[in-house]
Amino acid sequence: MHLVEKIIVEVMPKPEILDPQGRAIQGVFNRDGHGAITNVRQGKRFEITVTGPITDQLLDEVEELAATVLSNPVIESYAIYADEGEGE
Amino acid sequence: MTTRVGVVTFPGTLDDRDAATAVALGGAQAVPLWHKDTNLNDVDAVILPGGFSYGDYLRAGALASVSPIMKSVVEKANEGMPVLGICNGFQMLCETGLLPGALTRNRDLHFICRPELITITNTKTAWTNFFQPGAELLIPVKNGEGCYQLTPESLAEIEAKGLVVARYQNNPNGSVNDIAAIANEAGNVVGIMPHPEHAVDGLVGAGVDGLGFFWSIAGVTV
Repeated sequence: MHLVEKIIVEVMPKPEILDPQGRAIQGVFNRDGHGAITNVRQGKRFEITVTGPITDQLLDEVEELAATVLSNPVIESYAIYADEGEGE
Repeated sequence: MTTRVGVVTFPGTLDDRDAATAVALGGAQAVPLWHKDTNLNDVDAVILPGGFSYGDYLRAGALASVSPIMKSVVEKANEGMPVLGICNGFQMLCETGLLPGALTRNRDLHFICRPELITITNTKTAWTNFFQPGAELLIPVKNGEGCYQLTPESLAEIEAKGLVVARYQNNPNGSVNDIAAIANEAGNVVGIMPHPEHAVDGLVGAGVDGLGFFWSIAGVTV
């Protein structure tokens, strides 16, 4: 067992952007009787493994990538956080 | 001197050969370019053709937009070099920020492949100066992520500035204001979702309405 340092980036379509995939999933749920589900939005999760400790500088570096490559600011928002847990 | 038009091939590009053929039929010379190149080989203009660059991984056009050649394309486009992005190429232009907005999954989630009527609404661009305003063209659409979206403020801005280059007559994919093609303010960069390069030969296409885009570029650069 050793420490696995990961930075997690979650990307979601902005609320005002039509998400036809999420809507299709919601439609299937509703069709199958899950009437309480009123909305589904589909996003992406990126697990970024790094060497060494997660520093503020490294977080800034990955945040830049999240803002410019992993997400498209026109249609998506992102969240970024460090995940310092024990791995395999 | 014959206009030299670079046609970029990315891994997963499909329409580079058709684009090169269309360039030649339009009277210019097609120059093949590769995504790992940084040298544009002194071309006068660049076409980013359709397809599924990098497998559409991450987002359509996203990984292509940060490839080595695109750094050179963006630099030259900002200096005024004409660039036409068709379909996946339009997606790249939006991802680089050369054009506003984004192309998202079609409203009904279907991949759509059929000729559609579009109306040309801006004839002041490097790629549409051959046409008369209001020209109606039959051009194939061939996309799964062709739904053009942008913020209401940006939409109002591009409409006010007349940057919409073409609109669908029967919107196939949910694009805002039926937008099929847009230009930057200088008019040298155009992104179009339908495929003019698939409408240049009556024997194998829906007609020859796409030729005007290639005549436009053959005539405007020295």
